[in-house]
Amino acid sequence: MMRFLLPLGAFLLLVALLYVGLGLNPREVPSPLVGRPAPAFVLPTLADPERRISEQDLAVAPVTLLNVWASWCAACVEEHPVLSAWVKRRGLPLVGLNYKDDSEQARAWLARFGNPFRDIAVDRDGRVGIDWGVYGVPETFVIDRAGIIRYKHIGPLTPQVIVEKLDPLIDALQQAGGAP
Amino acid sequence: MIIEWGHFALVLAFLLALCQTVFPLWGAARNRPAWMAVAVPAAWGQLLFLALSYGVLTYAFVSHDFSVLYVAQNSNSTLPLIYRLTGVWGGHEGSILLWVLILSGWTVAVAASARQLPTAYAARVIGVMGAISVGFLAFILFTSNPFVRQFPVPVDGQDLNPLLQDPGMVIHPPMLYMGYVGFSVAFALAVAALLGGRLDATWARWSRPWTTAAWMFLTVGIALGSHWAYYELGWGGWWFWDPVENASFMPWLTGTALIHSLAVTEKRDGFKAWSVLLALTTFSLSLLGTFLVRSGVLTSVHAFATDPGRGLFILVFLTLVVGGSLMLYAWRAPRVRSLITFAPLSRESLLLANNVLLVVAAAAVLLGTLYPLAVDALGLGKLSVGPPYFNTVFVPLMLPLIVLMGLGPLVAWRQGRGGELARVALRIGLPALGLALLCLVVFGLGWRRYLLAVSLWLAFWTLGFSLYGIGQRLGRRGFSPRAWAQLPRGFYGMHLAHAGIALFMIGAGVVSALEAERVVRLAPGESTELAGYAFRLESVYPITGPNYTAEEALIVVSRAGREVARLTPQKRLYTVRRQAMTQTAFDAGMTRDLFAALGDPLPGGAWSVRVHYKPMVRWIWMGTALMALGGLLAITDRRYRLATARVRSTPMKGAVGA
Repeated sequence: MMRFLLPLGAFLLLVALLYVGLGLNPREVPSPLVGRPAPAFVLPTLADPERRISEQDLAVAPVTLLNVWASWCAACVEEHPVLSAWVKRRGLPLVGLNYKDDSEQARAWLARFGNPFRDIAVDRDGRVGIDWGVYGVPETFVIDRAGIIRYKHIGPLTPQVIVEKLDPLIDALQQAGGAP
Repeated sequence: MIIEWGHFALVLAFLLALCQTVFPLWGAARNRPAWMAVAVPAAWGQLLFLALSYGVLTYAFVSHDFSVLYVAQNSNSTLPLIYRLTGVWGGHEGSILLWVLILSGWTVAVAASARQLPTAYAARVIGVMGAISVGFLAFILFTSNPFVRQFPVPVDGQDLNPLLQDPGMVIHPPMLYMGYVGFSVAFALAVAALLGGRLDATWARWSRPWTTAAWMFLTVGIALGSHWAYYELGWGGWWFWDPVENASFMPWLTGTALIHSLAVTEKRDGFKAWSVLLALTTFSLSLLGTFLVRSGVLTSVHAFATDPGRGLFILVFLTLVVGGSLMLYAWRAPRVRSLITFAPLSRESLLLANNVLLVVAAAAVLLGTLYPLAVDALGLGKLSVGPPYFNTVFVPLMLPLIVLMGLGPLVAWRQGRGGELARVALRIGLPALGLALLCLVVFGLGWRRYLLAVSLWLAFWTLGFSLYGIGQRLGRRGFSPRAWAQLPRGFYGMHLAHAGIALFMIGAGVVSALEAERVVRLAPGESTELAGYAFRLESVYPITGPNYTAEEALIVVSRAGREVARLTPQKRLYTVRRQAMTQTAFDAGMTRDLFAALGDPLPGGAWSVRVHYKPMVRWIWMGTALMALGGLLAITDRRYRLATARVRSTPMKGAVGA
């Protein structure tokens, strides 16, 4: 009898392994940038190509968000209403990094869907994206007053990510950084 | 409105699947013929509504109905018609719908031949297949509904994954699913036999053609996938040991073992519990493959749609189906007695060795596939297991298997004759070795290509034994045309499949040893040399496809000053997804493939170009085609068609009234 139970036992071990495996995310690539200063850049803005924006402009509030987006990115359209509503509700400064995009199309995209960004840096050839370790568009970085990257989210923001991960982090940062 | 009909048809199919499960199984347990009679009509009804549902989804693709989320995600107004038809299974939801549709097709095929089976047994088989269908339909309806609408309706769709916009993808997934799902018949036959307590030669006889049919489709499916990866992924390899490939390969290995162990069960009434376990394992590995591909626990170049929420559903379902069947096995199998005896040298012992080697190989592949997951689950870091592991473990297991494959068909059941076998082995083995070495010398390859020499030797060994085996059987009948016709198709099928392995060995051995590739910088007008062929980049020019723009290069290949091929590889940019794709170009031939891929533009108007020389790579797929053809011959053997009236079965010992 016992030997006929062996396949079942082996299978149950396998199920346990797969169950644990489900909780893991093979796409979760730990970002070496988290906890480190934001990589330096100087880029023209989308609104006015004569004006420049740099990483210094990200370290002015207790919390600043940097969102990497592009008009060609389908997931950005999906993310757009979630992101817009959230930054409006919390009054967070949001800087965009327009990644490998055509500026005309980027403006048309904003005109169509609305512009939640305080400022947008134009990374036409994607060089800054490389420094920031951009893995896929969209991505969202949380930066504190000291200019340190505190969190990075790959892929479109969802209400679940905001409630579970971002809101608690931002509450903590705002309390800590409210009185510098 | 039509879309909602598709959804409604799916719900009806789900309800019919429930009926198809509950009434026949309960009826068989309580011996109520009226309840058991539900099985066949329910199976037909389910197929009807699933086909309707599938047709509606196809209609949504063809008519560009972007209000359907799934269509919007996997199609586009510029997508050619053929890819709109195949785009139906280009994403997660549709491919699972195709899975269930094929399952339903297999169920009806079983139902149509159910008159051959005892009523209660047929009811149980159809009921078990219904239960699998219930699980998958619930999965579709609750987590992966392809008919979900979205408002506002987007102007256009996001286009089908460019990797899937390829002729190879038109036929590969259906074939693969025919194979995967086909093993559900062998599974249902085994579970029904365990439930009913009849586990005998008759059960094995019914299982054999179904198992071989599923195996044939899986062989074709894997071969097409390998061919697709060969030219579409553009790396020039034909097998990557990728988790998704392994997921299809494991059921193939155990399915092959099952085909052979069923032969012993049918002919000698032995290996019964083992055959049942293999039937359960093979379909379980098919389900596991679905889980691995669909849940996102493993990263893979092929994982097109993954979602952990769905993964949990499949895992629960997997546990119920596989766990339940293994529990049934642990309960019933101890009473099965295989009362056969056989000598250390006999057909049985060689088939046993075949089974051990195949199952160990499948276990090795499973271990390599799941090892990264286990390491991650134990918190020991992230790693990946690559081809070095698989090649090191797999190849040494296959070599003895192929030696045995030649000998097996010549050895008698029960008691083989060692002396005679040794004489034949020498008479075939020595010339085969000589021929292999001669090949190396004639083609100027040198002596040191050991693996190639072994591959060729084993290939000639296998071919030699097959020819000898056929000749021996024909010789007894005097080689007349009537003698040819009298030999059973199953016999020819077996030898054809074995010869397929030989061709595969030749192709794989030669291409592994002698392939060459070169990455070069080429400006128009320049050329490069590879394996005696001159590849000359003539020009690069823009072209426009239906839903992409591309740079196309014209590369003229010549040998000794004579033009042999014109290759036009492309670098495509699919406009909707902004996804760049390398479209390789190749000139296929029996003795060699010439293969070119266009890389990135370099300063000065030059391009990075990759050229490959792949000797005899076609033989790999010719070999698999021959294996599948062998399977086809075996299932059309007339004894399966004549088996109808001769239903004889004996109840399993001690199981009466259990």
